[in-house]
Amino acid sequence: MNRPPGSLRRRLIWQLLALAAVLSLVMYLSIRAVARQAAEAGQDAVLGAAVFAIVEDLRGGPDGVEIDLPYDAFSMLGSVSQDRVFYRIDVSGTTATGYADLPVPEGAAGAAEPVFATVPFRDTDLRVAALASSVLVDRRSVPVVVALGQTRQGQEVIAARTAARAASLGLGFFALAAALALVTAGSALRPVDRLAAAVRRRGPRDLRPVDHPTPQELRPLVLALDGLITRLRTTLDRTETLIAEAAHHIRTPLATVRARAEIALRQAETPEAREALRRVIRAVEESARSASQLLDHATVIHRSERRVDDRVDLSALVGRVATAMTATAELRDVTLAAAPVAPGLVTRGDAVLLESALRNLVDNAVKYSEAEGEVSLSLTAGGREAEIAIADRGRGLSGADAAGLAERFRRGPNVGDVIGSGLGLTIVGEVAAAHGGRFALEEREGGGTCARLWLPLA
Amino acid sequence: MRQALAALGLIAALAVAPLGAVRAQGFEDDRLFPAAGPEQGRLAILSTTDTEVFAPVLQGFQDANPGIALRYTVTGSADLYALLAADAPAGFDLAISSAMDLQMKLANDGLALPHALAQPAALPRWARWQDRLFAFTQEPVGILLSRAALGDLPPPRSRQDLIALMRDHPERFDRRIGTYDPRASGAGYLFAAQDARLSDTFWRLAEQMGGLHPRLYSGTADMIADLAAGELTLAYNVLGSYAAPRVADRPDILLIEPQDHTLTLLRTALIPRGAARPDLASAFIDYLLSSAGRTALRDGAGLPPVDGAALARAPHHRAIRLDPGLLVFLDPLQRQRFIAEWSAALLQP
Repeated sequence: MNRPPGSLRRRLIWQLLALAAVLSLVMYLSIRAVARQAAEAGQDAVLGAAVFAIVEDLRGGPDGVEIDLPYDAFSMLGSVSQDRVFYRIDVSGTTATGYADLPVPEGAAGAAEPVFATVPFRDTDLRVAALASSVLVDRRSVPVVVALGQTRQGQEVIAARTAARAASLGLGFFALAAALALVTAGSALRPVDRLAAAVRRRGPRDLRPVDHPTPQELRPLVLALDGLITRLRTTLDRTETLIAEAAHHIRTPLATVRARAEIALRQAETPEAREALRRVIRAVEESARSASQLLDHATVIHRSERRVDDRVDLSALVGRVATAMTATAELRDVTLAAAPVAPGLVTRGDAVLLESALRNLVDNAVKYSEAEGEVSLSLTAGGREAEIAIADRGRGLSGADAAGLAERFRRGPNVGDVIGSGLGLTIVGEVAAAHGGRFALEEREGGGTCARLWLPLA
Repeated sequence: MRQALAALGLIAALAVAPLGAVRAQGFEDDRLFPAAGPEQGRLAILSTTDTEVFAPVLQGFQDANPGIALRYTVTGSADLYALLAADAPAGFDLAISSAMDLQMKLANDGLALPHALAQPAALPRWARWQDRLFAFTQEPVGILLSRAALGDLPPPRSRQDLIALMRDHPERFDRRIGTYDPRASGAGYLFAAQDARLSDTFWRLAEQMGGLHPRLYSGTADMIADLAAGELTLAYNVLGSYAAPRVADRPDILLIEPQDHTLTLLRTALIPRGAARPDLASAFIDYLLSSAGRTALRDGAGLPPVDGAALARAPHHRAIRLDPGLLVFLDPLQRQRFIAEWSAALLQP
C-alpha cells in the first residue's frame, strides 16, 4: 500500500520512530557510560585496597625500608578477572623493587589517599593506583611511593557485556516504541478516518449538516464542511425554486394559448389552417406537460429533502390514483383495471410524492397503450415490502435500458410520436429512493411493459 | 634495565648448581624426534621435564600428527625463564615448566601469546591464567620417609606429627634430613615459600629441622638417591610424581602426603612471544589437554593430568594458584627477605 508523500500517518510514525531511536540511543550510551564508570570504580576499589596493604607492610629496618609484599593482596587482584599486574616501590625517589618503567600517576606524592590514573604501559593500558607514605628508618622519615597497576581486560569484558546488554535493551525499547508508534498513529488518525467514512456513506442527495462526534482539532474542518454544504443546498434550492417558478409561469400562458388555438380551430375554414392549428395545439400540449413534470420533479426534490415521515395507507392511495386516472384512460379508450387491493398496507413517507410517482406510472402506461388496451394496477405484500405493479400491453421497451430511462430527460427510442418530457421515470426513481424502495421497468411477456415499485412496509 | 639486572640476579641465584657448575649456554638435553611421514612442520619445545619422562607424550602427539617433527630441549627452569624473557627470539615455540612462578611472570609481563583452547570446558578455571598459561598436570609434593627410622611407631600424617616425631627421636634424624636449598633451586624456593604462606607450622618445622643439621639439595634426584642409599631418613618436599616410580620397588620407603596441607604443583605450558609456529604449539597444548594426551601423561609419563574431580576428592591437596600472587616471591627484595628468614631457621650452627 503506497501512501502519498503527504501522509499524516506516515509523518507521525516517522517522527515517533525518530524520537524512539534517539531515546534508545541515549539510553544505550548512558548505560554504557555508567557501566564503564562502575567497572572502573570496582577496579579502583580493589587496587586501592591492595596498594594500602602493600604500604602497611612496609617497615623500617636496620638496612633501610623492609619490603614484605602481601601475597593475598596480589592474589586477590587476580580473583575478579585474570588481569596482568605490575608494581613498583620507590624509596627516597629511587625504585627499590618492581617494574621501574611503571608510570606513577602525577600527584601521588603528598596525597593521603591512593591516586588513580589510566596510563599506557608496554603493549597495553593499565589502571594504576599510587599511594605515597613514609617509613621511619633510624628515626628518619623516608618517603616511599607504591604504585600498583593492573590491565583493564576484566573491566573491558564487563563493560562490553553491559554494553551488549544495553544494546539489546535499546533495541527492544526501540521495537516496543515502534509498535506503540504504529498504534498511536492509528488511534490518533482514527477520527479522521471515521469522519471521512461518515461523509462517504451519505447518499447523493443528503445535504444535512455533518453531525458526527469529532475531536476538537477536527471541529474547524467539520464547520467548514457544514458551511460548504449549506451554501450548496441554498444554491440547489434556489435552482429548483427557479425551475418550479418558471414552469408555473409558463403553464398558465400555455393554457391560454391552447384555449385560443382550440377556438381558432373550430372557426378555421381551410383544411390547411386547421392542420396548422392542430400542430400548434399539439406543441402547446407537449410544452405544458413538460412544464408540469418539471414542476413535479422540483416538488419531488424539494419534498424528498424535507423528509416528510407520515404514515401512508398504500391501499387507499392506489385506489385514489386508480379512480383519478380512470377518466384519462377512458379518453383514450383504455381500460384501467385495478386488481382487488390488499387492505391495510402502510408505508412511511410523503403521500404527495408517492401519489405523484403512481400517477406518472399510470399515465405512462395509458399513454403508451393502444386503443382498446388494458392497463392493470395491483398492490401486493411480499415479506417486508409492498409491491405496486402497473402493466400495459403497449409497445414495450424495445430493448431500452430500464435504468437509463430513469435518467432526467431521457426517453426511449420508440416514443417519438407520443408527447413526453423524459422526466416521469426520473421522478418515480427519485421517489422510490427517497422512501428506501426500488423501482424497476421490465418487458412484459406477450408484449407491453410492467413497471414495479417496491416500498418498505411500516 | 633495572628489571634486567633483577632478572640476572634471579638467574644467578636460581641457576647455581650444587657444585657450582653453571650451564651457561648448553642445554641438559636437546633432541630431535623426526616426523614419521613427510615433514610438514617442526615444533621446538623448551622444557624442564626430562626427555625420558616426557617421551611417551611426545610420541603420542606425533602419532596423532605424523607430519610434525619435534625438537625437545631440556633446561633448568631459571634458564628457561631467562631465555624467554630476553629480547632476542629464543627459537622455541612452546615452553613447558614446573616453575609456576616464573611461567606466571612470563605471562604477566606479556611474553606469552594467547591460545584459544579447542575444548575450554575440559580445563578448570583455576588451571589456566587468561588464555596464555595452561596447566596440564597436578603433582602433589610429599615427604619421603624411611620406614626404618620409624621403628614400630606409626607413620606421621601431618607436619605436626612430623615435628613431634623429630622432637621425640632426634637421634634418628640428625644429619639424616634432606630438603631443597631454596637458594639453589627454583622449585625448592617455590615450595618453601608456598608452605610458609599456607601455614605457620612450616616455620616450626623449619626450626626443628634446622636443629638436626639438614642436608640441602638442589634437585630431587640426588635427594632420592641418598635416601635410597640409606644416607637419609627423611626427604622433605619432593615431587610425588617424580619420586613414586623411583621408590616403587622400595617398600621400606614411605611417600607421605601431609594431611594438614599437601602442596600441589601445576606443570604449565605457554607459547612464548616470538614463536615461529604458534599454530603447532597450540595443537600441542590442545593435545596435552585432550583425553589421549591425558592418558599419555598419566600412563606414559607418570604425571597426573589436571583433574578437578581428583583435586576435590583430596581436600588436603592445595593446588598452587595461577594468580599474580606468584609474582610476590619473585620480587628480589621479597626473596632476599624470605631467604634470610629461612636461613635463620634452617642453617643453625
